[in-house]
Amino acid sequence: MNTLTDYVFVSAVLFGIGIYGLVVKRSALRLLFSVEIMINAANLNFVAFSQYLWKDAVGQTVVLFSIALAAAEAAVILAIVVVAYRLHKDVDVSKLKELEG
Amino acid sequence: MADIVFIAMMIVAIGGAIVALEADEIVYGAIALAGSLFGVAALFFLLDAPYVAVFQITVYVGAVAVLILFTVMLVRQEKWANEVPSRSITKLAGVLTGVAIAGSLVAAVVGSSLTSSTELENAAGYLQIGQLISTGYAPILEVLALVLAASVIGAITLSRADREENEQ
Repeated sequence: MNTLTDYVFVSAVLFGIGIYGLVVKRSALRLLFSVEIMINAANLNFVAFSQYLWKDAVGQTVVLFSIALAAAEAAVILAIVVVAYRLHKDVDVSKLKELEG
Repeated sequence: MADIVFIAMMIVAIGGAIVALEADEIVYGAIALAGSLFGVAALFFLLDAPYVAVFQITVYVGAVAVLILFTVMLVRQEKWANEVPSRSITKLAGVLTGVAIAGSLVAAVVGSSLTSSTELENAAGYLQIGQLISTGYAPILEVLALVLAASVIGAITLSRADREENEQ
């Protein structure tokens, strides 16, 4: 039988991988991958805690909203990536310096 | 003790996430990301949350992963095959940060009294989700619909206006 700790362990490892990607990678697409992985880790935590501790549907409902929000966010980020590629022929975030102060 | 399906899906989710970030060809990374999202969906099934799991498969593996795959193919370049590798000091810092955060999260839960929760019975089902969405959380659902519409319109506008500028 799985315990709550198993799911929290998987979620923490996924979150750590996402943090690693955010720190190390410079391609905008890899950063998007990292953010998606971290959102998934958070969703997993929501459902796990809700199912094991409270046994109501609030956690699942919040995750439904969170998945929809993540889809909207991915659409906007991908549009920005396409625009950046058209302008610079590159999606390396360390070379996109227009907004740098 | 964790059962065999859980371990298999854990490996799919975590391995997919690692391959997504470390694959040389970014298209393979996008496909591995879809695999990782599918693994998390399978974990939702194991958590007795089938509605969330199916929602995750339709929206993430079905829509978002395909969207990412198309964008990757649109902006892909041959030179990415030999992408400049990050400096090893950056890599070390990334690994250390990731391990520190994951480790502290695990330590926080292991040190708490939550480890005794092992029962999944009487978990909530479709009925409660439907009641919550259509009563207390109905305003959030409406706002979310607006946010989705606005973001999709914004995405279309962003990638369209630029093309017209280039043609002039």
